Amino acid sequence: MKILVAVKRVADANVKVRAKADGSAADLANVKMAINPFCEIAVEEAVRLKEKGVATEVVVVSMGDKACQEQIRTALALGADRGIHVETDVDLQPLAIAKMLKAIVDKESSELIILGKQSIDGDNNQTGQMLAALAGIPQGTFASEVVIEDGKAAVTREIDGGLQTISLSLPAVVTTDLRLNEPRYASLPNIMKAKRKPLDVVSPADLGVDPAPGVTTLKVEAPAERQAGIIVESVEELVDKLKNEAKVI
Amino acid sequence: MSILVIAEHDNSSLKVATLNTIAAAKAIGGDIVVLVAGANCAGAGEAAAKADGVSKVLVADNAAYEHQLAENVSLLISEIGKDYTHILSPSTSNGKNILPRVAALLDVEQISDIMSVESEDTFKRPIYAGNVIATVQSTDSIKVITVRGTAFDPVASEGGSASVESLDVVKDAGISSFVKEEIAKSERPELTAAKVIISGGRGMQNGENFKLLEVVADKLGAAVGASRAAVDAGFVPNDMQVGQTGKIVAPDLYVAVGISGAIQHLAGMKDSKVIVAINKDEDAPIFQVADYGLVADLFDALPELDSKL
Repeated sequence: MKILVAVKRVADANVKVRAKADGSAADLANVKMAINPFCEIAVEEAVRLKEKGVATEVVVVSMGDKACQEQIRTALALGADRGIHVETDVDLQPLAIAKMLKAIVDKESSELIILGKQSIDGDNNQTGQMLAALAGIPQGTFASEVVIEDGKAAVTREIDGGLQTISLSLPAVVTTDLRLNEPRYASLPNIMKAKRKPLDVVSPADLGVDPAPGVTTLKVEAPAERQAGIIVESVEELVDKLKNEAKVI
Repeated sequence: MSILVIAEHDNSSLKVATLNTIAAAKAIGGDIVVLVAGANCAGAGEAAAKADGVSKVLVADNAAYEHQLAENVSLLISEIGKDYTHILSPSTSNGKNILPRVAALLDVEQISDIMSVESEDTFKRPIYAGNVIATVQSTDSIKVITVRGTAFDPVASEGGSASVESLDVVKDAGISSFVKEEIAKSERPELTAAKVIISGGRGMQNGENFKLLEVVADKLGAAVGASRAAVDAGFVPNDMQVGQTGKIVAPDLYVAVGISGAIQHLAGMKDSKVIVAINKDEDAPIFQVADYGLVADLFDALPELDSKL
């Protein structure tokens, strides 16, 4: 079984990103970039499936400017076999990304496509579902467990009230939630090896997709800031404040 | 304009998230139709007809929709949704699962998690864990949108008298099936609907210690939540997680106990009206957003709080 994993280059999860003063975009100057945490979990899951003998090959794809090859190399160091970089300077949105992934899935005959459930920059939570719709295949979103058996994927999903398990025919799309696995660290030898793994570069046009965005960002701004409050000295004072000042209990 | 609102329900009754979403639809303006897709879901359909501002309720009652499988429900919504200018769904796990699939089938973008309506095609939504608010405009012919429930006060659940029409459209993609569900049973209110929430973090040390929170929660009629750290450590199940990628809440009172206040957690609760933080580390970032901070060991403070309430 061939697995395709999509990864995104985003601002590191520990960075508090702010809007630029002119309101044009988020300020990413000098911000540390990393692989989106959910995408890292996707890579780990694919590599584990290969280690178990379920998968034969793990292909990792990323889209964006040249810098995102760094995240592809990270995924290769974690155990993916080869990379595909869709190079573009366009600010990609989920529908265009899903269309390009669909073209790659068709070409690669991927039977399982694993993505993060959302990227921590755009917070859209759309791409996996859109890809599944375009490919006409089922989806197991927000996965905390994936079992491949008898030509089907049993996916346990984190839903509002608890957990749901569904059975999907293959090929299928899986999007990862936090509890699916704990990604490994890349070892130094594997980082060196990753540099020699194949990485193809293609363009949106090669995939037959117009990447133009359908949604325009008019402006960005900082959220309403909360004022820091007061420090109370005792539980008694806290209860008093909540009852008589805030009047919430 | 005509707006199709996808109902969140449990077949017999309507979830509050639907009423928040109808409120967003009213802010856009136009004819509001609610779709209830489920199995034996007449009860939810009747409840939707009573909601304020709804002109018509469509009920698609079929076993294919029983477990809200995205493959089936998205085919239904994308077929009937063609006749509308907007399709809105709550940002619940169902909405997040199904609606992007609908958008792709209609060949349009989705606008996720809107927190305000600026005009019929322009909306505000949070990005970067809510540290940046983007104003976005869609030129698509059909706007497909998920709605952040905490940003819109729910419409009245009673008083409306919409017509109810049953839909005879059965869409079964036949590529997915339901196996099982483990739904946490609790007498306490649901996190996203609770007026008061008390949450525990890594400082709770283990799942057993959450009992200390539960006794206080029961005195306050509160729901119990958790930070990602507490969920990842296995103290409590995932459905209790509050944060950027968990549940977004905005109760009247949010009490954070043993939670340091990572930006991902703050993203899920900083719109609460009053925030209380109890933490023994006086430098914990949670104090920067708290209205009332108490620097104390939670194992002393919680029993004392219990006795003083």
